[in-house]
Amino acid sequence: VFGFLPIGLAYHAGYSIVAGLFWYLVSRFAWPESIEKWADEPND
Amino acid sequence: MTSLYIIIGYLALLIGLGVISNRFSKGTSADFFIVNRSVGSFLLLMSIFGTTMTGFALVGSTGKAYTSGIGTYGLMASWSGLIHSAVFFLVGIRLWAVGKRHGYLTQCEYFRNRFDSQGLGYLLFPILILLLIPYLLVGVISAGKFIQASTKGMFPEQFALNLPNGNPHPLSGGIPPELGGAIICGIVLFYVFFGGLRGAVWANTFQTLVFMITGVIAFWMISSRLGGLSAASQAVLDSEFAKPRAAREGLIGQAQFFTYCFIPLSVGMFPHLFQHWLTAKSAKSFKLTVVAHPIFIMIVWVPCILIGIWAAAHVGPLGPGQSPNSILGRMVESLVHSPVLSGLVGAGVLAAIMSSLDSQFMCLGTMFTKDIVLKKFGEDRFSDSQKVLIARGFILAIVAITYGLSVSLMNSAHVFDLGVWCFSGFAGLFPLVVGAVYWKGTTRLGAIACILVTAVTWSVLFYRDIIAVKPPGAEDELLIAGMMPVTFIVAASAISLVVVSLLTPKPADATLRKFFA
Repeated sequence: VFGFLPIGLAYHAGYSIVAGLFWYLVSRFAWPESIEKWADEPND
Repeated sequence: MTSLYIIIGYLALLIGLGVISNRFSKGTSADFFIVNRSVGSFLLLMSIFGTTMTGFALVGSTGKAYTSGIGTYGLMASWSGLIHSAVFFLVGIRLWAVGKRHGYLTQCEYFRNRFDSQGLGYLLFPILILLLIPYLLVGVISAGKFIQASTKGMFPEQFALNLPNGNPHPLSGGIPPELGGAIICGIVLFYVFFGGLRGAVWANTFQTLVFMITGVIAFWMISSRLGGLSAASQAVLDSEFAKPRAAREGLIGQAQFFTYCFIPLSVGMFPHLFQHWLTAKSAKSFKLTVVAHPIFIMIVWVPCILIGIWAAAHVGPLGPGQSPNSILGRMVESLVHSPVLSGLVGAGVLAAIMSSLDSQFMCLGTMFTKDIVLKKFGEDRFSDSQKVLIARGFILAIVAITYGLSVSLMNSAHVFDLGVWCFSGFAGLFPLVVGAVYWKGTTRLGAIACILVTAVTWSVLFYRDIIAVKPPGAEDELLIAGMMPVTFIVAASAISLVVVSLLTPKPADATLRKFFA
């Protein structure tokens, strides 16, 4: 537990891919697993 | 007429989806409002992505890139890719869990209980409605105008249109925007009325596929007509008019570029996204949405940005009265000469518009049912099927009112300026949801102060930008010290929430136990 492409556009398109990769790693290693259990507990 | 038949085919498929989703309905209110919390990873990704991408993603992005260059992508798309996913992860999953544990369907329900305040619900409800209505109007009006432009000349006798000097209007023979808007409203109403949120989720999935695929096809065909990808981009560098658009400098200021990051925070307070989050089968269903959202944004936006800057070289400067929003249509018309591609692009643009409209109509129907009728008369007074009937009545009324307003504002120049102000208002309320979800010290009065300060700050800045008469030579877009106005709305909102919460009595322990693990 944050060619045919103008270079500025290439930078930010690459940035989007890195953002996707970052969230993939978060989903693999820092996902809040306990929230599932809390959501399923009876409403007090 | 081929392009019209393709658009009609797309709309007919949506009606078919509405019929099929109705067959799958279990008839319960939980099924109608939140699909029994049964939506898996793929459908959640497609429905949330389709809901967050409006017609602007195809038409507006191309026009904005034509005027402001490649910086448009960093300004709007890559910020959204990072921030949207962060909001889904940090806020969406938490609200899904709270909603599932306590059976909530609307934001007002959650905030009322989180802060033990009925008044807070009554204060927030009209603000959410007032911010959402212009968003709906932009969708209906742009759909109507897009259909008119797509069908110009097809009905020369039925829809003849003349300029004041008697010459034929450039859009003569096109389906009038009032009729086009009525067709779009009617079809969205059909599948939401009969299919509930399941109808919207299924339609969103289909629509997202349509606008993603048609965008890529248009990009490929336009680039090949321009001599290939490299030749198209080289033409930009060879054109004195287009070359500055290959960079950001001089077209979008540093401060504006940075402070635009506050706009995507709006997804944390969109009522229609709140309802979509509640449909998830489990917290794990969010994983694909969080990961794929930035990539999907890139797939849709990069081609449109490139078409926009290529258009600057191919089309050159626009004449007086010509809108940059017409750039995508002009590139398709002037380069491809294919009625099939025109029809596909038309279906793609309508798909992007309708995939937001349906969720908004649905959530407004849910809010009026839950936060007004069931709140006043009690949940137990109505059977499950009566609750669905009441919601359908509200959805019908909301569609009718939206359509009526869109007809009366069809030719208002300012309607399209309202989009960024809707987003700014919802972004201003973002500190409220963060405080509610993460800070036990957020108090009822702190939350109320946050809402009131947002409303006042937003109103003052909105007046300065949209209503007040601007001096000659003033910029079209209001920037304060080069920054987006949303910066000051979010800052004022966050400061008021924190300061008032620190000065007022803490929430009851029983309330905190209910909402914090």
